[in-house]
Amino acid sequence: CVCVCVCVCVCVCVCVCMTPVEGEGTEDRQLAEEEPAAGAKSQLMRMMRTRMKRRPPETAEEPIRRRLLSHVTPTMKVRMTPPREDKEEQQIKEQQTKRKEERPRTVTRTARRRGTRETRREPRERRGKKRRPKIRKEMPKGRAKERRRKTRRTRRRRRRKRADSEEESMSEGEMERLKEEVEEKKKVIAIMRNKPWRMKRRLVHLKECQEFVDKFEGALGKGKGRKFYAYKVMMTKKWIKFQRDFENFKTTCIPWERKIKEVESHFGSSVASYFIFLRWMYGMNMVLFGLTFGLVVIPEVLMGLPYGSIPRKTVPRAEQPTAQDYSVLMDFNGYCKYSVLFYGYYNNQRTIGLLKFRLPLSYLMVGVGTFGYSLMVVIRTMAKNADVGGGDGDDGEFTFAWKMFTSWDYLIGNAETADNKYASITTSFKESIVDEQENQKDENIHLRRFLRVLANFMIICCLGGSGYLIFFVVKRSQEFANRDDLSWYEKNELELIMSLLGLVCPPLFETIAELEEYHPRIALKWQLGRIFALFLGNLYTFLFALFDEVNNKLEEEVSIRNAGPCWETAVGIEFVKLTVSDIQVTYLTILIGDFARAVIVRFLNYCWCWDLEATYPSYGEFDISGNVLGLVFNQGMIWMGAFYAPGLVGINVLRLLSSMYYQCWAVMATNVPHERVFKASKSNNFYMGLLLLILFLSLLPVVYTIMTLPPSFDCGPFSGKAKMFDVIMETIDLDLPAFLGTLMGYAANPGLIIPAVLLMVLAIYYLNSVSEAYQHANAELKKKMQMVSLRVFQN
Amino acid sequence: MGTTASQLRKDLLSEYQELTFLTKREIILAHKRFSELLSKEDRNVPTPRVPMEKVLSLPELKSNPFRKRISHVFSTSDMKDGSLTFEDFLDLLSAFSDSATLEIKSHYAFRIFDFDDDGTLDGGDLEKLVNCLTGETDDTRLTTEEMRQLISNILEESDIDKDGTVNLSEFQHVISRSPDFVSSFKIVL
Repeated sequence: CVCVCVCVCVCVCVCVCMTPVEGEGTEDRQLAEEEPAAGAKSQLMRMMRTRMKRRPPETAEEPIRRRLLSHVTPTMKVRMTPPREDKEEQQIKEQQTKRKEERPRTVTRTARRRGTRETRREPRERRGKKRRPKIRKEMPKGRAKERRRKTRRTRRRRRRKRADSEEESMSEGEMERLKEEVEEKKKVIAIMRNKPWRMKRRLVHLKECQEFVDKFEGALGKGKGRKFYAYKVMMTKKWIKFQRDFENFKTTCIPWERKIKEVESHFGSSVASYFIFLRWMYGMNMVLFGLTFGLVVIPEVLMGLPYGSIPRKTVPRAEQPTAQDYSVLMDFNGYCKYSVLFYGYYNNQRTIGLLKFRLPLSYLMVGVGTFGYSLMVVIRTMAKNADVGGGDGDDGEFTFAWKMFTSWDYLIGNAETADNKYASITTSFKESIVDEQENQKDENIHLRRFLRVLANFMIICCLGGSGYLIFFVVKRSQEFANRDDLSWYEKNELELIMSLLGLVCPPLFETIAELEEYHPRIALKWQLGRIFALFLGNLYTFLFALFDEVNNKLEEEVSIRNAGPCWETAVGIEFVKLTVSDIQVTYLTILIGDFARAVIVRFLNYCWCWDLEATYPSYGEFDISGNVLGLVFNQGMIWMGAFYAPGLVGINVLRLLSSMYYQCWAVMATNVPHERVFKASKSNNFYMGLLLLILFLSLLPVVYTIMTLPPSFDCGPFSGKAKMFDVIMETIDLDLPAFLGTLMGYAANPGLIIPAVLLMVLAIYYLNSVSEAYQHANAELKKKMQMVSLRVFQN
Repeated sequence: MGTTASQLRKDLLSEYQELTFLTKREIILAHKRFSELLSKEDRNVPTPRVPMEKVLSLPELKSNPFRKRISHVFSTSDMKDGSLTFEDFLDLLSAFSDSATLEIKSHYAFRIFDFDDDGTLDGGDLEKLVNCLTGETDDTRLTTEEMRQLISNILEESDIDKDGTVNLSEFQHVISRSPDFVSSFKIVL
């Protein structure tokens, strides 16, 4: 698979290199590359000649500046006034003129000549823009023809020799300055889009800079290094073009842009952020799915032994009559259990098939690689978000200013949403004015504190209660496993209870939180934290109960060597059942809680005593935090279960795909925009932080399993080994060269690991203190700035 | 600008890509939407201008309280009538795009909020700004007393040199600390 990827990449690169570089002046540039000798040499000779004559300084960059200003000034006069002039641009121009004055006019003549040609053409240009394209295309061709004629007339070898000697006599300093100039122009091109100029001005500047760069870049390569330099320049250009094309390609690949835009324009950016998060998750899961299927499932299907060949791959005789029943399949028993979806199917042969594919090693590496990749992606996204967010601004420092300048959501495209937004902005203004006006009333602090403590106590009781309930239910399900005549409820009791807890507790927490009277943003954080604790507690209780069961099974296996139960598959089945029931509960909730509610409110309104739409129950609002947390925890379960059930990732991809369409439809059809819109926009990184935490917590059970628990004796790719980890040791011993083995032996030595860990701790401490120092410096500078400006004002 | 409204020339397209924050796809889409706004006669003019009313009829701008200001700020028309050429339209989309930097966005936001185009946000500008934000109907407006209080609070927070107005650097200082600004100052076609 890796070879194929590399081949594809190489092919793409070759194809890109074959296509010609786009853009205006192609011929000009190509000729400049092919014959830097011809064109540039003649210019260099001209440069040498002009150096003899002295020119007054003020003709330096004037033509170009004049041209620029003449393009720019009419429009500038209309809109811009002196205070708004771009200081940076002035600085650049000043630098350029300064440099030109210092240097002994190597580029004057040619620049002037080009300048005058431009200015001559310019009145025609300005009158009608249609002219411009023709003119642009004319000039390069003319010059190219000139150059070609010159080379035909004179013998190239003689010219090159003469040019070489003349070029070498040109001083190093001048070449350096020329190079600097070219680099500067390149920099200007790169930062052009970041300047608040109008398009016309930018186009002019861009053309000027590009022409300059094209002309003199070829001339810069000296002597033997010339061809290499030209080659380097060409490769850089092709690379930039390739990058741009790749960016364009990437944006076309992004799915569901229209859908999300529609949601954004109706509901604002906070609801849309959930869907963007969902899409991001889908992308990550697709990659994980690709890894798992490509490196584990497909090899096993293609190159492994088929179904029925060995005991672990066949449904046991006892279960065969019922193996095809729908109810059995829904429980993921029967044929489902003995399929590629679960751990137990995989054979423990060291290599399979013609390609000698090492399946057990690949299984382990994919399991670990899943976590590695997820970690990398989450951290990269967090870093990107933190960069944009501007860090932790002091809450309350700029409340009014922010409300004024940043409260409008420019994505809103719907009149009703806009009205809602107006109302909420007005309310928030009025509230904050009132808050600011009266000093905080000295309310009964003690009562408030007591209420808060009471609320927290009640919530802890709830959490404890739910944890115990889950433990109890898991124990009961173990008893049920021994019986045979189970009702549907008893079979699925565990999953049902867990999903119901997830449904019932959050509103309960919200009601209790009314006692606390926090500011809405702080209350939201508390709520999110509590829901997180609830889910975490549930999940871990479930895990502990499960591992309890696993240990029982292992003890059982020690006594019965053969045909022991396959505990990994059992664990995998549990996770898959949990995920499926979670999906079902979520979809049912949306259907009943939102859709049915909307239908009832709409149609019963005609014959009901009070206005259902305006007052209770009215239409539902989209619960952003609840949905995001659900998504985060679902992902946590997938991470945990993917090692035991490779098919789980595929199920999750399907779930996310259908979720996207289903929830988009539900939001547009049954929800109304929020009345109270306050943006918990820092929550973006908060959710990512939660995801990271869940990632670590899901990593722990899997790592524990790999390192400590012995695999089942007769199922799965690690059967027969003492620990799953042993596959790696085996590979190092048998497949890799000897010195790598000794190297790894040294690396795994505790004497090396402990100092490494210590070093990392020291690095973290150091970076932390550096960041604190920066924050102090920031605060000091701000104070200084205020003092200075006050002093200026007073003076 | 292409002579016919149907195609955008390749070299111009790559230049626009270089000079704006938009991707190729977005530029082509912008060209299509712009051409739809042109009337039949205007299509064959070399640099067509779309009058302000047509620009304001775009669904993305229709509900925006600052739409007239946006049109004025991005317009390069000599007659100050808020009409936009295609390049003005691209400038607009680039400043409001997802990948535009904070610098660009804050620069243009300042220009949009500066109702009297004098280079600073004074009391009159801020008052008009608040009225735009609270909607046009009378029952949602703030009272004079509330307005006065609000404006004095804002000036207290943002005016560092205490000259009674907010200039560009003070505005940028306030905006740079805001976590919401970049994500809300966005228009996508």
